[in-house]
Amino acid sequence: MNGPHDLGGQHGLGPIAPEKDEPYFHAEWEKRALGITLSCGAFGAWTLDESRHARESLPPPIYLSASYYEIWVRALETLLKRHGFITQAELDTGHMLEKGREPKRVLKAEMVAGVLATGGPCDRPVDRPPRFAVGQTVRTKNFNPKTHTRLPRYARAKVGVVEAVQGSFVFPDDNAHGKGENPQWLYTVVFDAGEIWGEGADPTLTVSIDAWESYLERV
Amino acid sequence: MSEHHHGDGHGHHHDNHFTDMEARVKALETVLTEKGLIDPEAIDAIVETYETKVGPRNGARVVAKAWSDPEFADWLKRDATAAIASLGFAGRQGEHMRAVFNTPDTHNLVVCTLCSCYPWAVLGLPPVWYKAPPYRSRAVIDPRGVLAEFGLELSAEKKIRVWDSTAELRYLVVPERPEGTEGFSEDALAELVTRDSMIGTALALSPEAAR
Repeated sequence: MNGPHDLGGQHGLGPIAPEKDEPYFHAEWEKRALGITLSCGAFGAWTLDESRHARESLPPPIYLSASYYEIWVRALETLLKRHGFITQAELDTGHMLEKGREPKRVLKAEMVAGVLATGGPCDRPVDRPPRFAVGQTVRTKNFNPKTHTRLPRYARAKVGVVEAVQGSFVFPDDNAHGKGENPQWLYTVVFDAGEIWGEGADPTLTVSIDAWESYLERV
Repeated sequence: MSEHHHGDGHGHHHDNHFTDMEARVKALETVLTEKGLIDPEAIDAIVETYETKVGPRNGARVVAKAWSDPEFADWLKRDATAAIASLGFAGRQGEHMRAVFNTPDTHNLVVCTLCSCYPWAVLGLPPVWYKAPPYRSRAVIDPRGVLAEFGLELSAEKKIRVWDSTAELRYLVVPERPEGTEGFSEDALAELVTRDSMIGTALALSPEAAR
């Protein structure tokens, strides 16, 4: 979707303001937000792709003014309601009002080390060879789906070169919407800045994305 | 903060001093705990992991070893996930690692324009600026301007390669080894490797700067 998250190339969003000796957390609630988000992810009720889509579906004024942990919390509320674990009335009162859906798994303290050490690999085998080869010139598609995609707007309909075939991975555009993992080959595609940004682009700059096979066309 | 008294002129009374987000997260945690859906001790364990165990010192070990051991550097180029795992660093947001090496010709910079993808297994939790719109918007169009805000001025001839983490590959920049570090141990080298140098918004420290 052409949401507020797709930020590459936008102007006017202010200084970066790196913070010297930045702490890991700026408030206690951020710690809880991290832990709650990861704990609820362990339910196995939604995918990482669905959670990314919930975040990017926040209204632009909220997305652009929220801290990232706030974005996480707001999206998590959406996911928990969507999947029947909690209700808005419960969030409003701050207490359980009814028994909701049971998750496949509740993350207990003793499981944390193992779960974090394993992570969630998303490489998957596919039974066809890669369509594109290293060194091949390709063009990214021009599309504007209202649904989740990982092809940023700035890199659509642009000609680049396949620099690496990275393996085959879960396809987020489907997986975010419950359509299955449908793995595809993934390529690192590199573009000259002039192709992306045109006049005035930094001549020393190249930018790469990691692109699923169906994002690419032969030139 | 009950010791703090508002003047009588305020139109309404807060029964606590929670910020909106404190209250919001407290409500969420309470509901989920009452339902048995989360274990507050698991949350403590997650926080402790990222406060004390998983952070940029992991990545610094990887870089220091790559500087010291050409065979390891070669492995890191070919199969970063396995090479990094051999040092004990793996797992969440480090499942599929790629290492990109700075050279005299080329400086690498990592961003996630679409969200906040970051190699947790080697760098820990990302800093706020990495996840915020200013960096995400400008890293791909004006990296020199971005680097200048970090106090890094590259020569005009230096090529810049920006890696937008649009998939599940997580990128670790291997900065150039600073001059004057011949004979340094891996421990001493690791002290020169900052978090920002592994994102690409800084260079590794010189031995003088690290003192």
